[in-house]
Amino acid sequence: MDVFDKLKILTDAAKYDVACTSSGVNKKAAAGGIGSAAASGICHSFSADGRCISLLKVLMTNVCAYDCKYCINRRSNDTPRASFTPRELAELTINFYRRNYIEGLFLSSGVMKSPDYTCEQMIEVLRILREEYRFSGYIHAKAIPGTDSTLIAHLGMLADRMSVNIELPSQGSLQMLAPDKSKHSIFAPMGYIQNRIQENSTDIIKYRHAPKFVPAGQSTQMIIGATPDTDFQILNLTEGLYKKYKLKRVFFSAYMPVTENSLLPTIDTKPPLLREHRLYQADWLLRFYGFKASELLDQHHQSFNPYIDPKCNWALNHMEFFPMNVNRAPYSDLLRVPGIGVNSAKRIVIARRTATLNFDGLKKLGVVLKRAQYFITCGGKAMDSLKITQDAVLRSLMSEKILSIYHRDFPLGPKSKQLSLFEQPLMIQPNLTQEGIGKCLTSQI
Amino acid sequence: MLNQSNLIYRYDGSFDGLLCCVFESYDKKEIPMDILLTDTPQTMLFHTKEIMTDSLKSNRVLSSIPRKMGIDALDFVRHAFLTCLTQKELYILLFLRMGYRYGPSVMNMLTDNVVNILFKAVKHLEKESHLLKGFLRFSIFNNILVAEIEPKNYVLPMMTQHFCERYPEERFLIYDKTHSMALVYQPYQPTVIPIDDLELPEPNEEEQSYQELWRLFYDTIEVQGRHNPECRMSQMPKRYWKYMTEFGCPQKKPLLKLENSSANRTGEYY
Ligand code: SF4
Repeated sequence: MDVFDKLKILTDAAKYDVACTSSGVNKKAAAGGIGSAAASGICHSFSADGRCISLLKVLMTNVCAYDCKYCINRRSNDTPRASFTPRELAELTINFYRRNYIEGLFLSSGVMKSPDYTCEQMIEVLRILREEYRFSGYIHAKAIPGTDSTLIAHLGMLADRMSVNIELPSQGSLQMLAPDKSKHSIFAPMGYIQNRIQENSTDIIKYRHAPKFVPAGQSTQMIIGATPDTDFQILNLTEGLYKKYKLKRVFFSAYMPVTENSLLPTIDTKPPLLREHRLYQADWLLRFYGFKASELLDQHHQSFNPYIDPKCNWALNHMEFFPMNVNRAPYSDLLRVPGIGVNSAKRIVIARRTATLNFDGLKKLGVVLKRAQYFITCGGKAMDSLKITQDAVLRSLMSEKILSIYHRDFPLGPKSKQLSLFEQPLMIQPNLTQEGIGKCLTSQI
Repeated sequence: MLNQSNLIYRYDGSFDGLLCCVFESYDKKEIPMDILLTDTPQTMLFHTKEIMTDSLKSNRVLSSIPRKMGIDALDFVRHAFLTCLTQKELYILLFLRMGYRYGPSVMNMLTDNVVNILFKAVKHLEKESHLLKGFLRFSIFNNILVAEIEPKNYVLPMMTQHFCERYPEERFLIYDKTHSMALVYQPYQPTVIPIDDLELPEPNEEEQSYQELWRLFYDTIEVQGRHNPECRMSQMPKRYWKYMTEFGCPQKKPLLKLENSSANRTGEYY
């Protein structure tokens, strides 16, 4: 089998892993070497599904001793198998890297013979790259559940980032669909990596040139929609992972049916892309906007609102927080306004040092007034043209695509109950405004 | 201070030259309505002044900028000069005049029109150079890495450090077709030189196989069930595709000849 066939099979087998970032570490090539890394990460291309391609993402081998039901590489699946030799893969990586196709390598693998044997093969690829080619580019390596910790330690000294995929968000789902794995076999390596990162950071303070262990941190991935786990459970788990294991990223992957199995959604099930999207939005709110998981979902609201993004949904349910005076509100409060993002909030804080902001100025700073208008005031005043009709509010707070889905689910028409509130355009008094908007949306959705 | 509605400065296109325009504007207490390159055609309607580049004057302006408005403002103006903003020279002059008046806080005046327009232009430059750090593709000829780009902004100075740190032991060339300039590097010496055209030889077999392998990887990595060309387009606008290996090949020239001679059309390159 030539390297073309191997690349095809082993890319195909790796593509359902969504992590592809090269972020989290700044490096430049060592003397006589090749390769650098930028903390912000660099996308080298985007595939036709719109996902960033930053790393050569392949499996070492798709031979697997395990039989996870949701996975195309499972032992019982009849599919062509291939394995790279460590040298083949190292050469391919360097040649892609020299041509600026990639930022580095993302190496995962099926379980060949045993987790330890697989890990040794992976270590050999990284060793050739780091030692023989003096490669300083980005390497993300997967820790296979069940691997001996000394091998993980070795792999971690060569990689920039490591990940252990949780895949299934609960113990029950795991037992049912990945019988060879256990909660323990996943969280043990995750905890081990976390401890080593922590020890290493104190080493680095003590000895400036102490070699770095997984300097870009660790991440994980969960499959969404293969099991009955709710958004609430998933988001809580995510928050816990950031806190307990100091993960850099949690990725979500909408389940793509690859097999007919009575325990799984049927093969013609569409991947729950919107749900995945909402989870990413919420994840963003946890990491950069100072939200807690419990503010976004709770026991009684276990799923995200399909029509409204989580931040907007929070705002509509907390109208007592608004309207907010953008010339005064602290940064952390500005972040809570729909239509104001991290960048525009920072710019607001800078710009208001020299000038009192008006709506025109906010627009220049990149605030999406279409959304923000319902939640803010400038100099004590709401925006002049502010119209609170059902149509206007919906149009402002939903994307066009979502709006059309909304209209499909709640058709317009004289008999439509949902509409009764809005047959007349409502011009509400400013002090009633906020409540009005809240009602007008939350009552129906 | 007079706003001269019919006064135009012309300069040699260098950053120093522009600083001399700033000097002139202060010296003569006048604000031109535009600043153009020396070789743009003259019109009779306007009063035109040729501003000679004089390093004594430009150095005076240059050293005053960090003193009066901070080092960030100087970096900002240098970047602004690389952008493709129309009338960038005039905006830079107006910005510096504000800087002399308000000091470092000019960098906070984000809602002011002049500052805002320049900030957006610099953002555009930064975004484009960031994207090109990823989208740029090298082909290897005689062990020299060669890339071609067609950026809107003059991004080469923004990418020099990045590629030098990435490939310290390589020899490479990045040709900016829009601005007819090239970044040429050999260990450990980067230079930027003017260059008119770039004729590339046929890639050898090894080079062709790696290009094929990359196309194979690119096509395979897509999850078809998530096909989303609009999303791809918004992340990676089509104007970048032209020089990207995954969408055909950089050695279009020989292939185009093939097509012209209407010999066997393989269609492979689309
Ligand atoms: S261990 Fe990994 S590769 Fe093997 S079947 Fe399970 S998920 Fe697939």
